[in-house]
Amino acid sequence: MAAVPTFRRGVKFRFDAVRNAWVLLAPEKLFMPDETAVEILKLVDGTRSIDAIVDDLAARFDAPREMIAEDVAATFANLSTRGAVQL
Amino acid sequence: MGLIAELTHRCPLQCAYCSNPLALDDRKAELTTDEWRRVLGEAAALGILQVHFSGGEPMARRDLVEMVAHASSLGLYTNIITSGVLLTDEAMAALLAAGIDHIQLSFQDAAAPAADRFSGYRGGHAKKLDAARRICEAGLPLTANFVVHKQNAERVGEMIALGEALGAERIEIAHTQYYGWALLNRNALLPTFAQLEHVNGVVAAARQRLNGRITIDYVVPDYYAARPKACMGGWGNRFINISPSGKALPCHAAETLPGFQFPTVRDVSLAEIWVDSDAFSRFRGVDWMPELCRACDRKEIDWGGCRCQALALAGDAAATDPACAHSPDHHLMGAAVTAADGAPLDLVPRRLRTLSA
Repeated sequence: MAAVPTFRRGVKFRFDAVRNAWVLLAPEKLFMPDETAVEILKLVDGTRSIDAIVDDLAARFDAPREMIAEDVAATFANLSTRGAVQL
Repeated sequence: MGLIAELTHRCPLQCAYCSNPLALDDRKAELTTDEWRRVLGEAAALGILQVHFSGGEPMARRDLVEMVAHASSLGLYTNIITSGVLLTDEAMAALLAAGIDHIQLSFQDAAAPAADRFSGYRGGHAKKLDAARRICEAGLPLTANFVVHKQNAERVGEMIALGEALGAERIEIAHTQYYGWALLNRNALLPTFAQLEHVNGVVAAARQRLNGRITIDYVVPDYYAARPKACMGGWGNRFINISPSGKALPCHAAETLPGFQFPTVRDVSLAEIWVDSDAFSRFRGVDWMPELCRACDRKEIDWGGCRCQALALAGDAAATDPACAHSPDHHLMGAAVTAADGAPLDLVPRRLRTLSA
């Protein structure tokens, strides 16, 4: 997929020192992404496409590319519906 | 975790569905700027991530900008829940410079005559339209909030259209929650089942149409529910609400609960309140629950529902929320719906001194 995901206005993805975990802060919403989602979201930079994000993860993690692609697509679809990510 | 900072109960609007308590805090009792600064620092240290400046009308506090700047410097995500009628160009610029992250703007209806009648503030709707424009021009995400009830439910489609036209990122369609002033005015506000179905249908269609563009958050009315809402995401689980005079509450309606000594941030640190206070521990988790709830496989989904509603309707804060179909008091919800059907539409406006004077 060639779509380039970006965080929507007012959305902040940052490390929280109190929890020792990454958090995704959005208007009146708070997401606590799991390990997989954290790795995906770290690659959201406004230039990488969804395909490029899958390529990057496939090169670094020992899992079939199709499975990674499915995870990535599901994560972005969910966060798009919930208003955190623009596709 | 979120902190709801109710900076003041003062408000230029008089919405009869306000969920503030009937006994509103006086200006003289409000926490000072320095006290709020300390509370915000304690909140950040405790792991609070988002602060929601609310009220009353938070912009009625002249020190709001200073508090937003302080919260922002602590790394807190800052949100203002406002009527917008005080959001001038100058105020918008100052808030932006202070690092505000998001603004939720309330509307009372889709258009002026009705909206101004519900808010009791002539010209208010026009000021809100200006406020929405300023928020969007500042590049901030906007949530347009609409509270729906019997007297405006037919216009939910127009409300969503207004949110779209204003460029909102998020639209909140919230059925009135019956606490405080709204409970007092329940007969004139509670929609019929046909109205609820209408709103449900319009929201479902709009969600599908706007998916990925505008998020629509929808708050349903308890009175037609089969399962209770997870009030505040569970008691003492995700939120701390600080009243204008500094009382720490697990939810903004909790002051109505008898037999509680709610700690004040003037005397006790937020961490002690969160971890040690009886007020925050009493209904936390599942151990306090009646047998009916403890045996339920949804106990960690809805957390037994709302304690204030259990008190207001069933007369016992520790009872199963009557919104639950399994509650022995569930018939009270149906009785309230029947009582509201065809009832007069007169509303008691929210005012600082309507009842106490």
